[in-house]
Amino acid sequence: MVAHRRPVASGMTDTAAASPIPQRRAGAQAWWNAVNAWLLLLPAAVLLVAFTHYPILATIRHSLFITKRNGTEVFIGLDSYQGMAADPIFWKALINNFWFALGTIPTSIALALVMAIWVNRNMRGRGFLRLAYFTPTVLPMIAVANIWLFFYTPDYGLLDQLRGVFGLGGWNWLGDPSTVMGCLIVMVIWKEAGFFMIFYLAALQQLSPDLDEAAAIEGASRWYTFRRITFPLLMPTTLFVAINAVINSFKLVDHLVIMTKGGPNNASTLLLYYIYEVAFTFQDSSYAATLTVVLLLLLSAVALVKFGYLDRRIHYQ
Amino acid sequence: MSVITLSRVSKFWGAMRAVDDVSLTADEGSLLVLLGPSGCGKSTTLRLIAGLEEADAGTISLGGADVTHLTPAQRKISMVFQSYALFPHLSVAENIVFGLRVRRVSRAERDARLKRVADIVGLSHLLERKPSQLSGGQRQRVALGRAIIAEARICLMDEPLSNLDAKLRHEMRTEIRALQQRLGMTMIYVTHDQTEAMTMADRVVLMRDGRIEQSGSPEELYNHPATAFTARFIGTPPMNLLRQDDRLIGVRPEHVQIVAGGDHAARVKAVEHLGADSIVLCEIYGQPISVRLEGFSKVQPGEDVRIAWDAAREHHFDSKSEVRLDDIANEDRLAASSQ
Repeated sequence: MVAHRRPVASGMTDTAAASPIPQRRAGAQAWWNAVNAWLLLLPAAVLLVAFTHYPILATIRHSLFITKRNGTEVFIGLDSYQGMAADPIFWKALINNFWFALGTIPTSIALALVMAIWVNRNMRGRGFLRLAYFTPTVLPMIAVANIWLFFYTPDYGLLDQLRGVFGLGGWNWLGDPSTVMGCLIVMVIWKEAGFFMIFYLAALQQLSPDLDEAAAIEGASRWYTFRRITFPLLMPTTLFVAINAVINSFKLVDHLVIMTKGGPNNASTLLLYYIYEVAFTFQDSSYAATLTVVLLLLLSAVALVKFGYLDRRIHYQ
Repeated sequence: MSVITLSRVSKFWGAMRAVDDVSLTADEGSLLVLLGPSGCGKSTTLRLIAGLEEADAGTISLGGADVTHLTPAQRKISMVFQSYALFPHLSVAENIVFGLRVRRVSRAERDARLKRVADIVGLSHLLERKPSQLSGGQRQRVALGRAIIAEARICLMDEPLSNLDAKLRHEMRTEIRALQQRLGMTMIYVTHDQTEAMTMADRVVLMRDGRIEQSGSPEELYNHPATAFTARFIGTPPMNLLRQDDRLIGVRPEHVQIVAGGDHAARVKAVEHLGADSIVLCEIYGQPISVRLEGFSKVQPGEDVRIAWDAAREHHFDSKSEVRLDDIANEDRLAASSQ
C-alpha cells in the first residue's frame, strides 16, 4: 500500500507545516479529549447530582409547598418561612446550636493540638497513648452516649458519686436546663478531640525536624518556634479540622436521641435534632424542608468563608 | 589558635558507636572538612558540635569555652542544613532575619544587615519570594544568608551542596570558600564528596565507622595516605591498589604510564575519555589498574599494552591492617631520587 501524503497548504508557517498533525485532526483530538474527560467525570457527577444537588433543589422546592392528607401539593410560597420566624423552638434550637458550636469547636481543636504535640514526642508508651486518645472515635456513638449517660445519672452516676465524696448532694445533670448543654459539650469535646488529634499528628509528622533544629540554633524558644513556625505550618490542618468541627456541631443527633431527646424544655435541642423531630415525630415534612434550607445556608456560608477567604491566607505546602 | 576543639568525644546509638573517641581541632578562620562515606559518623560529629545531639563522652569547646552541655543557641554558631531547613511559609527576607528577630535586634539594624547579606549572597531582588518559588541554588543562598547574618564566628555546614546539580555545585563550592575567607569564619563542612574536600579544605578529617581515619591537609591525604582506605577514598579515579604477597602496592593513576617495553603486561578493558585526559582501565596479573593519560588516548579495549611506573611513586600498605608500611623507606627513596 502506498501512503498518500496531503500537500501542505501554501499559507502555512514553517512551524505549522512542521507539526506532524494537520490542523483538522488536532481539532478532532481536542474534541475527543473533552469527551474523554467528561466520560471520566460522569460517574462522580451522577452521584453528586443524584444525591446532593437534586435533593437540595427538591428540598428548597418542598419548603414552598404543603402536602395535603390525600397527597396533593399546594403552593404556599414563603408561609413556612414566616411560620419558622415566629417559631420560638426554632430560635431556641438555633441559639443552642450557636452556644454548642462555640463551646465545642475551639476547645476540641486546642485539645487535639496539645495532645498531638504530646504524643508526637519520642517516649515510652507512645503507641498506647495515641490509641487511648483515639478510642473515643472508634467507639460506636450509641455506646458512647450510654457511657456518658451513666456518668451523668443523678445520685448513683459517676459524677454524683464523686460529689458524694465531698459531701455534696445529687444533681440531675441532664435534667436541669442550666447544666444539660454543658454536659453535652464536655462529651462531644471528649469524642472529637481524639479524632482531630490524628490529623494534627499526621501533619506534625510531615514537618521536617530540621525546621525545629534550625530555629533552635537561631535561639528560638520552644514557644516562639511553635508560634512562628509550627502553628502557621499546621494552618491547613487547623482549617480542615475547624470545618469538620463546624459541620459536626450541626450534625449532632444520635447522642441527643439517647441522652436528652432535646429536653428539658428544649434546653438541648439543636437544629438538626429539631429537623428530625419535625420531620419524623410531627410528620411535617414541609416545615422540616424549610428548616433544612436554613441549615444548608449556614453550612454554605461556612464553605464560602473557607474557599473565598481563608484559603488565600494560609500557606499550603 | 584553635577555635573548635573536640577531645575524645563519643556518641552511641544503643550498641552502635556512631562517633567513637573522636578528637580534632580547627584553627581560627580555617575551613575543616569532615569527609567520609555515608554512615561514618561525620554528620553526627557535626550535630554534636552544634549541640543538636549530646555527647555520651568527651568534651567540646568552642572559642576556648566548654560547651559540652550547652544548648545550640548558647553555642553561638550558625548552621546550614542539607535540606536547607528554610521556613516555607516565610519570605526570603523573613527567613534570613529569623534569628535577628528571635534576638530582638532593632528593626533598623535588621534591615541594614539584611541589605548587606542579601547583597553578599545575591538575593536582593528575591527578598519577597517564598522558598517554594526559588530554584535549588537560590534556596541554598537563602540558607547561607541566614547562616551569615548572625555574624557567628563558627559556621557549620551539613552536606550543603548535595541537592544541587553538578554545575551549580562547582559554582557554590567556590562561592562558599570565598565567603568563608572574606568573613574570616571558622567553618566545619561535612561532605562525602572528596572533590569538595580537596578543593575547599584547609584541613580534611577523613572518618570511617565513627573513627578518624586520617586528618591533615588535602595534599597530605592525597600524597601520603596513612591507610589503604584513605588511598581509595581520595582521588578520582582512586589510587590503584595491587595485592602482592602480604602487602598492597598503591600507585596513583597519573603515575602509571603506557610505554613500549614497560615492566608489566596489561590488557586494556575500557577507556573513558574525559577531554583533557583519558582514563584507561587495564588489568594486570588479574587485578584492575587505571591509568590516566593526557589528551585523547587512542588505545582500544582488548589491546595488549605494557605499563610502567616509578617505584618512588609507590605506596605500601599492609594487606591485613591496611596501614601504611614504608613511611621511612619511601621518604628516603624519594629524597634519593630527587637528588
